[in-house]
Amino acid sequence: MADIRKAREALIARILEGDGQAPRAQRRAAFDNAPLSEPLASLIRKLTRQAHEITDGDVAAVRASGLSEDQIFEVVVCAAVGHAARQNDLALAALESATKE
Amino acid sequence: MRLAILDSGHRLGTKILFALIRAGSRQPIPGPLKLMMYRPAFFGAHMKELTHEAMRGPSAWSVGDRELMAAFVSKLNECKYCVKAHTGVAARAYEDEARVAAVLADLDAAPIEEPLRATLRMLRALSREETVGVDDMRALLAAGVSRSQIEDALAVAFAFDTTNRLADAFEFDVPGPKAFEAGAKYLVARGYR
Repeated sequence: MADIRKAREALIARILEGDGQAPRAQRRAAFDNAPLSEPLASLIRKLTRQAHEITDGDVAAVRASGLSEDQIFEVVVCAAVGHAARQNDLALAALESATKE
Repeated sequence: MRLAILDSGHRLGTKILFALIRAGSRQPIPGPLKLMMYRPAFFGAHMKELTHEAMRGPSAWSVGDRELMAAFVSKLNECKYCVKAHTGVAARAYEDEARVAAVLADLDAAPIEEPLRATLRMLRALSREETVGVDDMRALLAAGVSRSQIEDALAVAFAFDTTNRLADAFEFDVPGPKAFEAGAKYLVARGYR
Protein backbone atom coordinates (compact mmCIF):
# COMPACT_ATOMS: atom_id res chain seq x y z
CA MET A 1 0.00 0.00 0.00
CA ALA A 2 2.96 2.33 0.58
CA ASP A 3 3.77 1.65 -3.07
CA ILE A 4 0.37 2.71 -4.31
CA ARG A 5 0.50 5.96 -2.32
CA LYS A 6 3.92 6.67 -3.75
CA ALA A 7 2.68 5.89 -7.26
CA ARG A 8 -0.31 8.18 -6.76
CA GLU A 9 1.79 11.07 -5.51
CA ALA A 10 4.32 10.62 -8.34
CA LEU A 11 1.52 10.69 -10.93
CA ILE A 12 -0.07 13.80 -9.46
CA ALA A 13 3.24 15.64 -9.12
CA ARG A 14 4.11 14.85 -12.73
CA ILE A 15 0.87 16.00 -14.34
CA LEU A 16 0.58 19.16 -12.24
CA GLU A 17 4.14 20.31 -11.76
CA GLY A 18 6.10 18.72 -14.60
CA ASP A 19 6.58 20.16 -18.07
CA GLY A 20 3.53 20.34 -20.27
CA GLN A 21 1.95 22.34 -23.05
CA ALA A 22 -1.02 23.57 -21.02
CA PRO A 23 -0.13 26.22 -18.41
CA ARG A 24 0.37 24.81 -14.92
CA ALA A 25 -2.39 27.03 -13.54
CA GLN A 26 -4.86 25.59 -16.06
CA ARG A 27 -3.84 22.01 -15.25
CA ARG A 28 -4.18 22.76 -11.55
CA ALA A 29 -7.62 24.34 -11.99
CA ALA A 30 -8.84 21.31 -13.96
CA PHE A 31 -7.46 18.98 -11.29
CA ASP A 32 -9.21 20.95 -8.52
CA ASN A 33 -12.42 21.39 -10.51
CA ALA A 34 -11.90 25.13 -9.98
CA PRO A 35 -13.31 27.82 -12.30
CA LEU A 36 -12.06 27.73 -15.90
CA SER A 37 -13.15 29.75 -18.92
CA GLU A 38 -15.74 28.39 -21.36
CA PRO A 39 -16.00 26.15 -23.28
CA LEU A 40 -13.32 24.22 -21.38
CA ALA A 41 -15.30 24.68 -18.15
CA SER A 42 -18.28 22.78 -19.61
CA LEU A 43 -16.13 19.89 -20.77
CA ILE A 44 -14.47 19.55 -17.36
CA ARG A 45 -17.80 19.89 -15.55
CA LYS A 46 -19.23 17.03 -17.61
CA LEU A 47 -16.13 14.98 -17.08
CA THR A 48 -16.42 15.20 -13.32
CA ARG A 49 -20.16 14.50 -13.27
CA GLN A 50 -21.27 12.39 -16.22
CA ALA A 51 -18.22 11.67 -18.33
CA HIS A 52 -20.22 9.28 -20.53
CA GLU A 53 -22.34 12.21 -21.70
CA ILE A 54 -19.40 14.07 -23.24
CA THR A 55 -19.96 14.54 -26.98
CA ASP A 56 -17.76 15.15 -30.02
CA GLY A 57 -19.13 18.70 -29.94
CA ASP A 58 -17.87 19.35 -26.41
CA VAL A 59 -14.32 18.47 -27.43
CA ALA A 60 -14.60 20.25 -30.81
CA ALA A 61 -15.70 23.44 -29.06
CA VAL A 62 -12.62 23.41 -26.84
CA ARG A 63 -10.40 22.81 -29.86
CA ALA A 64 -12.10 25.67 -31.70
CA SER A 65 -11.49 27.97 -28.71
CA GLY A 66 -7.77 27.69 -29.41
CA LEU A 67 -6.48 24.82 -27.28
CA SER A 68 -4.25 22.34 -29.07
CA GLU A 69 -4.98 18.60 -28.86
CA ASP A 70 -2.00 18.21 -26.55
CA GLN A 71 -3.33 20.86 -24.23
CA ILE A 72 -6.76 19.21 -24.20
CA PHE A 73 -5.12 15.86 -23.50
CA GLU A 74 -3.23 17.27 -20.52
CA VAL A 75 -6.11 19.22 -19.03
CA VAL A 76 -8.55 16.31 -19.34
CA VAL A 77 -6.04 13.94 -17.73
CA CYS A 78 -5.60 16.38 -14.84
CA ALA A 79 -9.38 16.67 -14.34
CA ALA A 80 -9.89 12.89 -14.33
CA VAL A 81 -7.05 12.23 -11.90
CA GLY A 82 -8.22 15.12 -9.72
CA HIS A 83 -11.74 13.69 -9.48
CA ALA A 84 -10.47 10.26 -8.51
CA ALA A 85 -8.00 11.76 -6.03
CA ARG A 86 -10.71 13.74 -4.22
CA GLN A 87 -12.84 10.61 -3.80
CA ASN A 88 -9.81 8.67 -2.68
CA ASP A 89 -8.84 11.33 -0.10
CA LEU A 90 -12.35 11.45 1.35
CA ALA A 91 -12.55 7.70 1.74
CA LEU A 92 -9.05 7.37 3.18
CA ALA A 93 -9.79 10.13 5.72
CA ALA A 94 -12.98 8.31 6.81
CA LEU A 95 -11.01 5.09 7.13
CA GLU A 96 -8.32 6.85 9.14
CA SER A 97 -10.93 8.20 11.61
CA ALA A 98 -12.65 4.82 11.85
CA THR A 99 -9.42 3.04 12.76
CA LYS A 100 -8.18 5.67 15.22
CA GLU A 101 -10.67 4.92 17.96
CA MET B 1 -10.86 8.73 -30.41
CA ARG B 2 -11.84 12.37 -30.22
CA LEU B 3 -8.21 13.51 -30.28
CA ALA B 4 -6.32 12.54 -33.43
CA ILE B 5 -3.04 12.57 -31.48
CA LEU B 6 -4.25 9.55 -29.48
CA ASP B 7 -4.86 7.60 -32.69
CA SER B 8 -1.84 8.56 -34.71
CA GLY B 9 0.40 10.94 -32.79
CA HIS B 10 2.65 8.35 -31.17
CA ARG B 11 6.42 8.39 -31.60
CA LEU B 12 7.95 6.17 -34.27
CA GLY B 13 9.04 3.33 -31.97
CA THR B 14 5.51 3.07 -30.59
CA LYS B 15 4.01 3.08 -34.09
CA ILE B 16 6.25 0.16 -35.01
CA LEU B 17 5.28 -1.67 -31.81
CA PHE B 18 1.58 -1.09 -32.58
CA ALA B 19 2.04 -2.47 -36.11
CA LEU B 20 3.62 -5.61 -34.65
CA ILE B 21 0.83 -6.00 -32.09
CA ARG B 22 -1.84 -5.57 -34.77
CA ALA B 23 -0.14 -8.15 -37.00
CA GLY B 24 0.30 -10.62 -34.13
CA SER B 25 -3.12 -10.25 -32.54
CA ARG B 26 -5.15 -9.47 -35.69
CA GLN B 27 -7.02 -7.01 -33.48
CA PRO B 28 -7.08 -3.21 -33.34
CA ILE B 29 -4.87 -1.50 -30.73
CA PRO B 30 -6.99 -1.12 -27.57
CA GLY B 31 -7.88 2.46 -26.57
CA PRO B 32 -6.22 2.22 -23.14
CA LEU B 33 -2.92 1.22 -24.76
CA LYS B 34 -3.13 4.13 -27.23
CA LEU B 35 -3.73 6.48 -24.30
CA MET B 36 -0.98 5.08 -22.06
CA MET B 37 1.55 5.13 -24.89
CA TYR B 38 0.88 8.71 -25.94
CA ARG B 39 3.55 10.95 -24.38
CA PRO B 40 4.00 8.32 -21.65
CA ALA B 41 6.31 10.58 -19.66
CA PHE B 42 3.35 12.88 -19.00
CA PHE B 43 0.79 10.33 -17.81
CA GLY B 44 0.95 6.76 -19.11
CA ALA B 45 4.16 5.58 -17.48
CA HIS B 46 3.01 6.58 -13.99
CA MET B 47 -0.56 5.42 -14.60
CA LYS B 48 0.51 1.99 -15.83
CA GLU B 49 2.70 1.54 -12.75
CA LEU B 50 -0.12 2.61 -10.43
CA THR B 51 -2.71 0.41 -12.15
CA HIS B 52 -0.42 -2.60 -12.11
CA GLU B 53 0.28 -2.12 -8.41
CA ALA B 54 -3.45 -1.77 -7.62
CA MET B 55 -4.55 -4.70 -9.78
CA ARG B 56 -1.63 -7.14 -9.47
CA GLY B 57 0.45 -5.98 -6.50
CA PRO B 58 0.36 -7.81 -3.14
CA SER B 59 -3.17 -7.77 -1.66
CA ALA B 60 -5.51 -9.95 0.37
CA TRP B 61 -7.96 -9.57 -2.53
CA SER B 62 -7.54 -11.98 -5.43
CA VAL B 63 -6.94 -10.73 -8.97
CA GLY B 64 -10.51 -11.78 -9.76
CA ASP B 65 -11.86 -9.73 -6.84
CA ARG B 66 -9.96 -6.64 -7.95
CA GLU B 67 -11.02 -7.03 -11.58
CA LEU B 68 -14.60 -7.41 -10.37
CA MET B 69 -14.24 -4.14 -8.42
CA ALA B 70 -12.88 -2.52 -11.61
CA ALA B 71 -15.87 -3.74 -13.63
CA PHE B 72 -18.25 -2.66 -10.86
CA VAL B 73 -16.83 0.88 -10.59
CA SER B 74 -16.90 1.13 -14.40
CA LYS B 75 -20.55 0.18 -14.38
CA LEU B 76 -21.36 2.87 -11.80
CA ASN B 77 -19.59 5.38 -14.05
CA GLU B 78 -21.47 3.97 -17.06
CA CYS B 79 -18.25 3.49 -18.98
CA LYS B 80 -19.21 0.93 -21.62
CA TYR B 81 -15.69 0.20 -22.81
CA CYS B 82 -14.33 -0.47 -19.32
CA VAL B 83 -17.34 -2.56 -18.22
CA LYS B 84 -16.90 -4.87 -21.19
CA ALA B 85 -13.16 -5.09 -20.80
CA HIS B 86 -13.07 -5.78 -17.05
CA THR B 87 -16.12 -8.05 -16.93
CA GLY B 88 -14.09 -10.24 -19.28
CA VAL B 89 -10.89 -10.01 -17.26
CA ALA B 90 -12.71 -10.76 -13.98
CA ALA B 91 -14.53 -13.75 -15.49
CA ARG B 92 -11.25 -15.12 -16.83
CA ALA B 93 -9.36 -14.54 -13.57
CA TYR B 94 -12.11 -16.23 -11.52
CA GLU B 95 -12.82 -18.80 -14.23
CA ASP B 96 -16.42 -18.00 -13.39
CA GLU B 97 -18.49 -15.85 -15.72
CA ALA B 98 -21.75 -16.32 -13.76
CA ARG B 99 -20.30 -14.86 -10.57
CA VAL B 100 -19.28 -11.64 -12.31
CA ALA B 101 -22.59 -11.34 -14.16
CA ALA B 102 -24.52 -11.85 -10.90
CA VAL B 103 -22.67 -9.04 -9.10
CA LEU B 104 -23.14 -6.60 -11.97
CA ALA B 105 -26.84 -7.50 -12.25
CA ASP B 106 -27.72 -7.31 -8.55
CA LEU B 107 -25.06 -6.84 -5.89
CA ASP B 108 -27.45 -7.59 -3.01
CA ALA B 109 -28.55 -10.94 -4.39
CA ALA B 110 -25.24 -12.16 -5.85
CA PRO B 111 -23.80 -15.33 -4.27
CA ILE B 112 -20.51 -13.83 -3.03
CA GLU B 113 -18.67 -13.52 0.26
CA GLU B 114 -20.05 -10.87 2.63
CA PRO B 115 -16.78 -8.90 3.04
CA LEU B 116 -16.56 -8.51 -0.75
CA ARG B 117 -20.22 -7.47 -0.96
CA ALA B 118 -19.77 -4.91 1.83
CA THR B 119 -16.68 -3.52 0.07
CA LEU B 120 -18.52 -3.16 -3.24
CA ARG B 121 -21.35 -1.39 -1.40
CA MET B 122 -18.86 1.11 0.01
CA LEU B 123 -17.45 1.71 -3.49
CA ARG B 124 -20.99 2.24 -4.74
CA ALA B 125 -21.71 4.85 -2.05
CA LEU B 126 -18.43 6.60 -2.78
CA SER B 127 -19.18 6.76 -6.48
CA ARG B 128 -22.86 7.72 -6.23
CA GLU B 129 -22.77 10.10 -3.30
CA GLU B 130 -19.18 11.25 -3.79
CA THR B 131 -18.60 10.63 -0.13
CA VAL B 132 -18.34 7.91 2.46
CA GLY B 133 -18.48 8.43 6.20
CA VAL B 134 -16.71 7.15 9.27
CA ASP B 135 -19.75 4.99 10.09
CA ASP B 136 -19.59 3.34 6.66
CA MET B 137 -15.97 2.48 7.30
CA ARG B 138 -16.71 1.19 10.82
CA ALA B 139 -19.41 -1.07 9.38
CA LEU B 140 -17.01 -2.35 6.78
CA LEU B 141 -14.35 -3.17 9.38
CA ALA B 142 -17.02 -4.88 11.50
CA ALA B 143 -18.00 -6.98 8.48
CA GLY B 144 -14.53 -8.48 8.58
CA VAL B 145 -12.79 -6.38 5.93
CA SER B 146 -9.29 -5.42 7.04
CA ARG B 147 -7.92 -1.91 6.84
CA SER B 148 -5.44 -2.91 4.15
CA GLN B 149 -8.22 -4.56 2.14
CA ILE B 150 -10.19 -1.31 2.25
CA GLU B 151 -7.12 0.63 1.13
CA ASP B 152 -6.53 -1.84 -1.69
CA ALA B 153 -10.15 -1.58 -2.87
CA LEU B 154 -9.87 2.22 -2.83
CA ALA B 155 -6.73 1.98 -4.96
CA VAL B 156 -8.68 -0.01 -7.57
CA ALA B 157 -11.42 2.62 -7.47
CA PHE B 158 -8.86 5.41 -7.89
CA ALA B 159 -7.34 3.78 -10.97
CA PHE B 160 -10.70 3.03 -12.58
CA ASP B 161 -12.48 6.25 -11.76
CA THR B 162 -9.62 7.95 -13.61
CA THR B 163 -9.62 5.52 -16.54
CA ASN B 164 -13.43 5.48 -16.92
CA ARG B 165 -13.53 9.26 -17.28
CA LEU B 166 -10.69 9.30 -19.78
CA ALA B 167 -12.22 6.45 -21.80
CA ASP B 168 -15.45 8.41 -22.14
CA ALA B 169 -13.89 11.85 -22.65
CA PHE B 170 -11.57 10.61 -25.40
CA GLU B 171 -14.08 8.00 -26.57
CA PHE B 172 -12.22 4.71 -26.84
CA ASP B 173 -13.49 2.69 -29.81
CA VAL B 174 -15.53 -0.28 -28.59
CA PRO B 175 -14.35 -3.28 -30.62
CA GLY B 176 -15.99 -6.69 -31.07
CA PRO B 177 -16.00 -9.51 -28.49
CA LYS B 178 -12.89 -11.18 -29.94
CA ALA B 179 -10.80 -8.09 -29.27
CA PHE B 180 -11.98 -7.95 -25.66
CA GLU B 181 -11.25 -11.65 -25.28
CA ALA B 182 -7.71 -11.16 -26.54
CA GLY B 183 -7.30 -8.17 -24.21
CA ALA B 184 -8.58 -10.11 -21.20
CA LYS B 185 -6.22 -12.97 -21.91
CA TYR B 186 -3.30 -10.56 -22.09
CA LEU B 187 -4.24 -8.71 -18.87
CA VAL B 188 -4.64 -11.94 -16.88
CA ALA B 189 -1.31 -13.28 -18.14
CA ARG B 190 0.76 -10.10 -18.03
CA GLY B 191 -0.95 -7.37 -16.04
CA TYR B 192 -0.81 -3.66 -16.77
CA ARG B 193 2.89 -2.83 -17.08
